[in-house]
Amino acid sequence: MEINASKRGPRLHVKLSGELDHHSAEQTRNMLDTLLKDITVRDLTLDLSGVTFMDSAGLGVILGRYRILSMRGGHLTVTGMSGAIDKIFRMSGVYAIVDRV
Amino acid sequence: MDNWMELTFPSLSVNEGFARAAAAAFASLLNPTIDELSDLRTAVSEAVTNAIIHAYGNDRSAMITLRCEAEDKRLKIVVKDTGCGIEDIELARRPFYTSKPELERSGMGFAVMEAFMDSVQIESAPGEGTAVTMEKEIGVARGD
Repeated sequence: MEINASKRGPRLHVKLSGELDHHSAEQTRNMLDTLLKDITVRDLTLDLSGVTFMDSAGLGVILGRYRILSMRGGHLTVTGMSGAIDKIFRMSGVYAIVDRV
Repeated sequence: MDNWMELTFPSLSVNEGFARAAAAAFASLLNPTIDELSDLRTAVSEAVTNAIIHAYGNDRSAMITLRCEAEDKRLKIVVKDTGCGIEDIELARRPFYTSKPELERSGMGFAVMEAFMDSVQIESAPGEGTAVTMEKEIGVARGD
């Protein structure tokens, strides 16, 4: 998994590229959590337009980051979902708690 | 049965991608739509990941079998392990249930398999292993 991050004030924008499954989940989680150690980050946007595959392991990574942000009063936004990722998000009710653009 | 293939590989997470690619390559012989191919890649990934995490824990030398069968336009996929088995299958199927919350699992594995395939059957015996059998009619979305 490749990560490209940029920060502007309390907003962090992260583009993920690659396959997000159980194999890549730990590395992805660690990279995102390193970025989230900066407690000035309140809003995280995950750009998934470069994610070519995602299963429920990826869902776990996204929901875990949502919990971290919500505990500090922040928000998580997802963008750039493929049809397959959108299907997993819809069936699991992710859009009820995570914003999408 | 018109055609089939069977692969056995060790319980390594790197093989999750290999297993879904192999199943997709077999399924492509049935001329699936892109969405159907995507659905079965996801379902196979879930079943193989469950075997790696739940059936075998950290035993990286244990083996997983992936079997694909095609009969006319019907695809059948079996993911089998000889791991710890599932004590309560109904509980395991429940959305958001996970026996390993410390691993930040979403608990959506079986729910995803059920949403993305036509049918999902689980046979399991504690201490003996689990076989997940999933079926999907190929070409339905295109109206074959």
